[in-house]
Amino acid sequence: MSAPGGVHDERGDPVERRLACAIRAAASDHRALHICGGGSKAGLGGIAHGEALSTLGLQGIVDYDPAELVVTVRAGTPLLELQTELAEHGQMLPFEPPAWPGATVGGAVASGLAGPRRAFAGSVRDALLGVRLLDGQGQALRFGGRVMKNVAGFDLFRLQAGAWGRLGLLLEVSFRLLPRPQREVTVALACGVDEAITRMNQLAAAPMPLSAAAWSKGTLRLRLSGSAAGVSAALPGIGGDALRADAAACFWAGAAAMPPDESAMSPVALATGAAEAPVTPTASAAVPALWRLAVPATTRSLGAEGEVAIDWCGGLRWLRTDAPAGEVRVLAATLGGHATAWRGNPARPAMHPLDPVRLALHRRLFEVFDPHGVFDSGRFDADAPAGAASAAAAEASMARSSSASRH
Amino acid sequence: MVDRHLGKPGSAAHSREAQRPPEADRRALLAELAAVLPADALLTAPEQLAPYECDGLSMYRQPPLAVALPHSAEQAQAVLRICHARGTPVVPRGAGTGLAGGALPRADAVLLSLTRLKRIVRIDPLSRIAVVEPGVRNAAISEAAAVHGLYYAPDPSSQIACSIGGNVAENSGGVHCLKYGLTVHNVLGIRGLLADGTPLTLGGEAPDDSGLDLLALMVGSEGLLALITEVTVRLLPRPRVAQVVMAAFASVEGAGDAVAGIIGEGIIPAGLEMMDALATRAVEDFVHAGYPLDAGAILLAESDGTAEEVADEIARIEAVCRRHGAISLATSQSEAERLRLWAGRKAAFPAVGRITPDYYCMDGTIPKKHLSAVLRRIAELSAMHGLACANVFHAGDGNLHPLIFFDANQPGDVERAEAFGLDILRACVEAGGVITGEHGVGVEKLDAMCVQFSSPELAVFHKVKQAFDPAGVLNPGKAVPTLHRCAEMGGMHVHGGKLLHPELPRF
Repeated sequence: MSAPGGVHDERGDPVERRLACAIRAAASDHRALHICGGGSKAGLGGIAHGEALSTLGLQGIVDYDPAELVVTVRAGTPLLELQTELAEHGQMLPFEPPAWPGATVGGAVASGLAGPRRAFAGSVRDALLGVRLLDGQGQALRFGGRVMKNVAGFDLFRLQAGAWGRLGLLLEVSFRLLPRPQREVTVALACGVDEAITRMNQLAAAPMPLSAAAWSKGTLRLRLSGSAAGVSAALPGIGGDALRADAAACFWAGAAAMPPDESAMSPVALATGAAEAPVTPTASAAVPALWRLAVPATTRSLGAEGEVAIDWCGGLRWLRTDAPAGEVRVLAATLGGHATAWRGNPARPAMHPLDPVRLALHRRLFEVFDPHGVFDSGRFDADAPAGAASAAAAEASMARSSSASRH
Repeated sequence: MVDRHLGKPGSAAHSREAQRPPEADRRALLAELAAVLPADALLTAPEQLAPYECDGLSMYRQPPLAVALPHSAEQAQAVLRICHARGTPVVPRGAGTGLAGGALPRADAVLLSLTRLKRIVRIDPLSRIAVVEPGVRNAAISEAAAVHGLYYAPDPSSQIACSIGGNVAENSGGVHCLKYGLTVHNVLGIRGLLADGTPLTLGGEAPDDSGLDLLALMVGSEGLLALITEVTVRLLPRPRVAQVVMAAFASVEGAGDAVAGIIGEGIIPAGLEMMDALATRAVEDFVHAGYPLDAGAILLAESDGTAEEVADEIARIEAVCRRHGAISLATSQSEAERLRLWAGRKAAFPAVGRITPDYYCMDGTIPKKHLSAVLRRIAELSAMHGLACANVFHAGDGNLHPLIFFDANQPGDVERAEAFGLDILRACVEAGGVITGEHGVGVEKLDAMCVQFSSPELAVFHKVKQAFDPAGVLNPGKAVPTLHRCAEMGGMHVHGGKLLHPELPRF
């Protein structure tokens, strides 16, 4: 048993020690660092500044016993490697993260991005049981644990999902897992958008093994996952045409990353385990900006021509529009949701702006975890404008040089 | 060296240093509160305060300065504003069924009870959500949703009485949380008030939230970060069928192997519970559930879902149990049989209460693979401390409830039970587990927090508390120990086998 009670001292591991040193040095110089894993999500709203700090030295599964339904893995481990290992034991991550090439486990947690199963099996933070991280002063901290039930202390580990590393550099994370379903079937039905929204929610309100529900281009796709008996019993009540297994897998893997039907992922890429690069993250005048709106699941069709796809049983709307960012955000907020600028969309911050109360709380939490702004990436509108940490560093270096010149 | 140790038990009593403020200050505070609350919403007389002097953990008692029982979120906000301006602490309280003293009053604090905010604001069957006020009882949500074929999944054993606001504050679990999750997995949004009365909205019907996941942080924060005034919960379709398998094994190891076998089979049972021989005998003597008395351990595994799913899962569970050497096997063939098989497990605490003058209930969680080792360690400790211990176990999620037998009237027994509990806790943490799986920290496990967290981690907890409540007026002194306080461990201390709410099931 390796220090299970958790004497977790980064001095024990050379990679962690180097990372901690780099953070401490940056903190004392008020320099920003740019945490990066595989870089697969660099096009998502980041204004990376500061020196890159790679997590790729943090490799490997630390602890995995399939009977526990729990895995502990170091943050720089490729997501694909983890998923392959879990699949060999008939298990999986519940939240179906986007499988962009190079994606790491740390990035999957930090981005908080979940795929189609999210509406039925929960989000990234729902699967997260604990983390070890280095805070903005290079201090190793552990929150949560490796067990399902744990109510000791504030759940600061869940706060790391979707925090984009703003609160610290993830060293190691623990997830709860799900068994892979015995059988999985996807059916497609021709369907108008509002009818699809109603139908998917009606099905979700009935006891049946639904694991994904999405609509795009006049087609409603429903995925059933579970025991062979359970799936077979549920199918006749749904109708539609069953997709071939590889086509279905390709569709849902694509939907985790991009609007369904727009993904560049191919069956070949999936079969070889390597997804192709998604749509290039550059703004193009020809293609309207892509937005990801989270809204209440039963919200009627946004009515806009640009509503290209619906996922998460209605809770996620992909929108392509030339409308100004402000308008899209007002639309999302009016519906009780929020809008995120997706790949290729230059709107900044990419995240939906925070209300003043949450904004103030964000700033105070940033101060708690990272008092010197080392992890300030400009991703949050609560971040200091235009990289204050870099500005402070410039000032500090000017002060140093001027004091040096006096001697 | 990381600060991670237990001191001597009993060396630091759960001190409540808080002093009642001078009478003139108290009168001025009450006058201000009386100006914003109707007459029936402010209790100040000693006989009115007495019922509020403890929550479900009755070993700690302290009358509050006053009790505010607002009828609306606006009145609650007015109370917070007054108290914040005066620097008077506020202790939020739901139904008062918590087992860790999270709602224990302070002599210098207003107890803010939210039981009158008990409106079910709306239920949307198509969206599968309910919007409720914090005083709504857990079970009342499922009752209201039943007409739509929906229910609220988390089912703490006190669900007929406990409130959803309290569930959110404690991140309550239940016997079904392996499959359906804890409160945090079933709450979509919260409206609340910061300590100074500032309204706060986190999450909602739309998935996730922009920015940091403050909703997840709020769940389980034991009333230290904000006061909850409205909760949006997820409703699930009620399973059509449920069936339970009772399997008896010669040893705890055998039952533990069967648990691993069931999970290894790719099954997530709706419930998966284990009892050791002592607990089984106590229960069988009490409720005659039909458990074999020669068993070293009893396993209950429930499956729910559609008829096809359940039939398939039950057959596989039975096969796994046989393969792992079950000495007897019974599967419920009717709802009455299912309830009878469960009755034993649900009566475990009162059954133990019949055979020992007092018991201490521990609440550790361990990785399941270490169950046998931890139970062996508990048996050694039992011999060492000279006190018996029965074990009931939420086997699916690793949450262990050792019940230490003692007699508070025997000199030295309380100290021995505490020392035994301390050692059990240490064994849980040493096995990679945690000090509390579902009861919370409150005041009871403040010292035990030091076993699990290092000083820098505890310091971060304090700073997070400060970020939300710079004045430190919301439920101060609970959930997070001060850095120098790492002494005594706690447990659910039950005198004479009786809890404060004997009418509520506890399991």
